[in-house]
Amino acid sequence: MDFVLSKEHEMARTLYRDFAENEIKPLAQELDEEERFPVETVEKMRKYGLLGIPFPREYGGQGCDTLSYVMCIEEVAKVCGTTSVVLSGHTSLGAAPILKYGTPEQIEKYFIPLAKGDKLGAFALTEPNAGTDASMQQTKAVLEGDHYVLNGSKIFITNAGYADTYVIIAMTDKSKGTKGITAFIVEKDFPGFSVGKKEKKMGIRGSSTCELIFENCIVPKENLLGKEGKGFNLAMNTLDGGRIGIAAQALGLAEGAYDETVKYVKERKQFGKPIAKFQNTQFQIADMATKIKAAQMLVYRAAIAKDTQKVYSEEAAMAKLYAAEVAMEVTTKAVQLHGGYGYTREYPVERMMRDAKITEIYEGTSEVQRMVISSTELR
Amino acid sequence: MNIVVCIKQVPNTNEVKLDPVTGTLIREGVPSIINPDDKAGLEAALRLKDANGAHVTVVSMGPPQADAALREALAMGADEAVLVTDRAFGGADTLATSTTIAAALKTLQYDLIITGRQAIDGDTAQVGPQIAEHLGIPNISYAEEIKLDGDYVTVKRQYEDRYHIIKVKMPCLITALSELNKPRYMTPGGIFDAYRNKEVKILTRQDIEVDDATIGLKGSPTRVWQTFTKSLKAAGQLVNLDPQESADYMLEKLQEKFII
Amino acid sequence: MDIQEYKGVFIFVQQVDNKIAGVSFELLGKAKELAKDMETEVTAVLLGYNVSGLCKDLARYGADKIILVDDKALEIYMTEPYAHAMYHVIEKYKPAVVLYGATAIGRDLAPRVSARVKTGLTADCTKLEVASDGTKNLQMTRPAFGGNIMATILCPDHRPQMATVRPGVMQKIKPVDGAEVPVDKFDLTISKDHLNVEILDVIKKVSNKMDIQDAKILVSGGRGMGCPENFSLLKNLADALGGTVSSSRACVDAGWVEKDLQVGQTGKTVRPNLYIACGISGAIQHLAGMEESDMIIAINRDETAPIFDVADYGIVGDVTKILPLFTEEVKKAMAARNA
Repeated sequence: MDFVLSKEHEMARTLYRDFAENEIKPLAQELDEEERFPVETVEKMRKYGLLGIPFPREYGGQGCDTLSYVMCIEEVAKVCGTTSVVLSGHTSLGAAPILKYGTPEQIEKYFIPLAKGDKLGAFALTEPNAGTDASMQQTKAVLEGDHYVLNGSKIFITNAGYADTYVIIAMTDKSKGTKGITAFIVEKDFPGFSVGKKEKKMGIRGSSTCELIFENCIVPKENLLGKEGKGFNLAMNTLDGGRIGIAAQALGLAEGAYDETVKYVKERKQFGKPIAKFQNTQFQIADMATKIKAAQMLVYRAAIAKDTQKVYSEEAAMAKLYAAEVAMEVTTKAVQLHGGYGYTREYPVERMMRDAKITEIYEGTSEVQRMVISSTELR
Repeated sequence: MNIVVCIKQVPNTNEVKLDPVTGTLIREGVPSIINPDDKAGLEAALRLKDANGAHVTVVSMGPPQADAALREALAMGADEAVLVTDRAFGGADTLATSTTIAAALKTLQYDLIITGRQAIDGDTAQVGPQIAEHLGIPNISYAEEIKLDGDYVTVKRQYEDRYHIIKVKMPCLITALSELNKPRYMTPGGIFDAYRNKEVKILTRQDIEVDDATIGLKGSPTRVWQTFTKSLKAAGQLVNLDPQESADYMLEKLQEKFII
Repeated sequence: MDIQEYKGVFIFVQQVDNKIAGVSFELLGKAKELAKDMETEVTAVLLGYNVSGLCKDLARYGADKIILVDDKALEIYMTEPYAHAMYHVIEKYKPAVVLYGATAIGRDLAPRVSARVKTGLTADCTKLEVASDGTKNLQMTRPAFGGNIMATILCPDHRPQMATVRPGVMQKIKPVDGAEVPVDKFDLTISKDHLNVEILDVIKKVSNKMDIQDAKILVSGGRGMGCPENFSLLKNLADALGGTVSSSRACVDAGWVEKDLQVGQTGKTVRPNLYIACGISGAIQHLAGMEESDMIIAINRDETAPIFDVADYGIVGDVTKILPLFTEEVKKAMAARNA
């Protein structure tokens, strides 16, 4: 077991860090204040292959491993929570299932442009009545000749309105329960498909989170992804991968807040000395650093497990559970250690704290992660 | 067409700080980078490759850790990398360095050689033109805008208050300024390739033809006699007043010193 | 190589369009001191076409002797014909020292010549002295490591000892009117082989601004000015004082001002009588370009800014509020003085 990263991973981190510092950080506050989607950053990420890091070369990806992909999310999240979820939503949720479950034609038509970053992807499982209880799918898909007709709605969909391709989960046979759920690839221009209300959120405010509306939406038969009735498995499997990305986002948010705090406590003087000289500050810093390191180990372990093991659900769940809770704790402490200034928008830590909260909720709440872990442990 | 780019791995001197207690440089933890002028030269070569098709080889003379700089160049898109390294080359001043690099370049094919104007540690700007002299080819320094024109290169050559448009027949050497362009980022795939699918070719003393008396410490006419950190001027007066009082204070000082 | 054979302090005179660059006069001034210590003479080497008229000024500013290479091929600077000429001058006259200005010409020419002559070259010197240990070797001091350290270099066993010298650092002497010195016309064959580049065009950068290196008073702005529009505050003060606006690297990189205003390690070195640093933090690369100013006043919001370590007078405050008020005071004082 080697705790030292390889040279190529170190160099990849340098790339991600430089890119994040120079191209992403300057926009972070603006994206948050204006609730603006980072269109220009997506274009730059496309140019440097950052939208297809873990995907095979032959399909237009960069041919790297999951570890180097999560490192990218980590470095991006350090400076901008919004941009990191755009990246992770596209890669892990929008593109990955098409590679894993797609026919050669679907891979050619839909996956390759996503891997190259020419198109942006999204994934829609959640509905008004189906959150943690994801099997309660009410969006219906009915086969009519050579196409399916979809009716229903999805909510809280990341990248909605900017994505070109959506992986949609819908109910094809209610009588079969979870075995009656199927996945489809829907293009943004399909008749009957529209993007509805955009959510105003506490954090990751630049991320476009919207409702999707299906009103007799026509989806060609060829766009069924995987097999009919296997959609729920596809969704759970996709979320396993996605939650490693979110764990990396949480990790990055914690690290970004931590770095800001270390800098601040060395500069800020009260009672005649930098507050870093006080034992309370020192102990807080020690706790934050240790928890971040532990979270990082879990995240990297999950990333490696995804590439080397058939089943990695527990590793992914542990990483997300722990990293999200660390992110919330560290960003909150960061604001506290910044004192009054930390509460103002002049410093980035309040945004990082607002961004961190969602990591405990989406792609499976911390409660869901506990369900996954305990079911593995108590088998 | 063969383009050879010479790069140097340097400490990022923009991040070096002075230890306020000892007055010496803090060198630990300073990251190593590709020298900025050289990176611009590499970017210029890659753009010529994108536009016209060319084979880009990157060469660096340095200790074994310069491998990282060469890998970065490969990750940006260079086709081949060569590390010129040997204890015998150590301690060299610019003349000995340029002699060694020129001898290494003689083992390669080149139509165009691009170097950076100066390294941010040595700050001499001498090695590029000296390499050209050893190879007996023309050099154009301070280049902005490099264009290919058949067997010729056209370069915009900077001076302080003007520039020349110069046409020169290849083979020739051009030194690039970091203002020349904004270098591209590496790609993740490029990085993995650089480390997993490509080799850095090593050239040692045995691999080049050169006279021992002209390389390393022996081949260096100049030597460093002393180094010291600059002592800063003694601190003066510091005041914290309201804007009008500040203005009055400054006027008073200028009048005291007969500037007004 | 017999070191003893090499005598004399030579300087390469940079002339463009029949105008001698300021740095060449500075080099003559310094050369005069060095020649005195080395018990030898100062020779100015002038290359160009129809430039003999410049000899008068070289004599006024300290040349004891002039070597003139006058040829059509030297009309506009090109590396090879100039290197060829310098090489042959050095071979014939065997100087102990050759100095060049560290300009876009000097820093191209000198390395080429040094490699041809196979001698040592030290770049961008800010201090030159003659060793007092009997060797009379030239001690060449220069910034290195991005300006973070100074290094003193020797070239003990090779001749000539060559150096490029940073403009704006050495002092020229008070000109001696009516000085007359011998001029050696050096004839040289410059064949077509030496004309290995073709100059297609010469484009001058249009600028009617005073060169910041010639200004006696500089009002300099940094990132703390906030926005490019605020540079007008600097201009107003500069106009009132009879000075010029300059800038730190941050504003040049941000595109607020042109690079010819940049003071610092990779910009210009200035030694004005008065340097007012506004909203400049004082990174070491900037200090390298202005710390020799006679008087430094700094205005910055941050009382821990390193610029205050070199400022004679430091004002902690908002530069956008202070400058307009100060400009008014200056105008009033100037008006009173001229009344």
